[in-house]
Amino acid sequence: MNRLFSLLSWSTRAGQGLAITMLGLVVVWASGCATITDIGATVGENAGVIRPEEAESLRRAGVAVGRTFEDITPEQEYYIGRTVGATILSAYRPYNHPAANEYVNLLGQALALASDKPETFGGYRFLILDSDEINAFAAPGGFIFVTRGMLRLCRTEDELAAVLAHEIGHVQHAHGLSAIRSSRLVTAFTVLAIETTRTLGSDEVRELTTAFEGSVSDITHTLMTSGYSRRAEREADQAAVTIMQRVGYNPHALVRMLEEMDQRLDPQGLDFAATHPPPRNRIREIQRWIRDVPAATPSPASRQQRFESALREI
Amino acid sequence: MNRRMVGLIGLGLLAFTLTVEARTRMHVQVREGQIRERPSFLGAVAAVVEYGDRVYVLREQGPWRWVEAADTQGWMHESALTRQRIKLAAGEEDAAGVATDQEMALAGKGFSAEVENEFRNRHDAISFEWIDRMETFEKSTRQLIDFLQAGDVEGADL
Repeated sequence: MNRLFSLLSWSTRAGQGLAITMLGLVVVWASGCATITDIGATVGENAGVIRPEEAESLRRAGVAVGRTFEDITPEQEYYIGRTVGATILSAYRPYNHPAANEYVNLLGQALALASDKPETFGGYRFLILDSDEINAFAAPGGFIFVTRGMLRLCRTEDELAAVLAHEIGHVQHAHGLSAIRSSRLVTAFTVLAIETTRTLGSDEVRELTTAFEGSVSDITHTLMTSGYSRRAEREADQAAVTIMQRVGYNPHALVRMLEEMDQRLDPQGLDFAATHPPPRNRIREIQRWIRDVPAATPSPASRQQRFESALREI
Repeated sequence: MNRRMVGLIGLGLLAFTLTVEARTRMHVQVREGQIRERPSFLGAVAAVVEYGDRVYVLREQGPWRWVEAADTQGWMHESALTRQRIKLAAGEEDAAGVATDQEMALAGKGFSAEVENEFRNRHDAISFEWIDRMETFEKSTRQLIDFLQAGDVEGADL
């Protein structure tokens, strides 16, 4: 505890931004222990780093401690999702084809209605990426991206529905937000406690933006490089099967897509193969879930026609 | 006071408590919430409510909530609602100090438009042009239903 005191008194000589970080550290360290949070707030207050009402905020909040990604409001999730999406679009070019994007949005948004989270703050939106890679990404809040390479693997609307429903599953389970390191959230919730009493100063907005940058980077790194856990992929597959059945698409199309990917993906590749468990492991599980569902029959002509027409140039 | 009267008063209190409990206060947590005539996305939209608006939930049916809003009643999907009170501005009555309280959220605070702007100032190379365009790709529920019907996608349970 003496160590904490000395850290805090040192922080009074540094900028206010640093002080907030230190208070955040106290809060992290004090997890589950309100007394220490009180001391942190009192020390900060006595040292003049924060004003009495701000100290009160920190005290009451016990604060940021114990808050997890699940405490991020849908509005904040939306802003994180916009920036994660913009970051993905700095690595991939959008495919500027209005008819194809229109079709993917009609299908994707119809599927989203049948998910367990049909409503997000800003709604679900889909965009095709102009890339030969076989890949798809779901940013928080419902910004979903799918590459031309992935679309080329789909032979029917049901198969495309499987890909989009899997991504909707990631949004429904807030898998993106779960990739955010807890230290970023502690900073965010600590600043938020101050923000309740007054408008933030520029130092605090900077502090919050740094936590935001870190959060966005945690998510994009997971989406584009390291991949989700096996468990998260299983949850997204389960959501996909449920969504497809509720809407009226055949969930066997998800198995067909994974079989196709198993054939085409280069196991050493940097795309979907790098960020997902091997398709054949997923196939075995999905087949168990849907063993009572009759096998897929050919798509009705109207459905197949519009699919081919919308993605003719893909 | 005889025993019977005490019993009646007790029952009355119980009924009162149950009535109060059955009327749960919730807030709209999406930018635009729709109140529908039926517990389904296939149901017509009876009214539109905004982010932060307060509604009272009177009963439930699966993921749907029968709500009473300012001047209307109807069905809303549970994902559009939160038990947290949403305050539209800091400093509003009891807003101070409780934004991190489990029971309350402040609109426009934390990771917000202001933070996005600061992020954009720091990262010139990251363009939001297509994200803004994506926002315009919104389809109405009617368009989505028509799309499913036109593709002979049958039995949609929405």
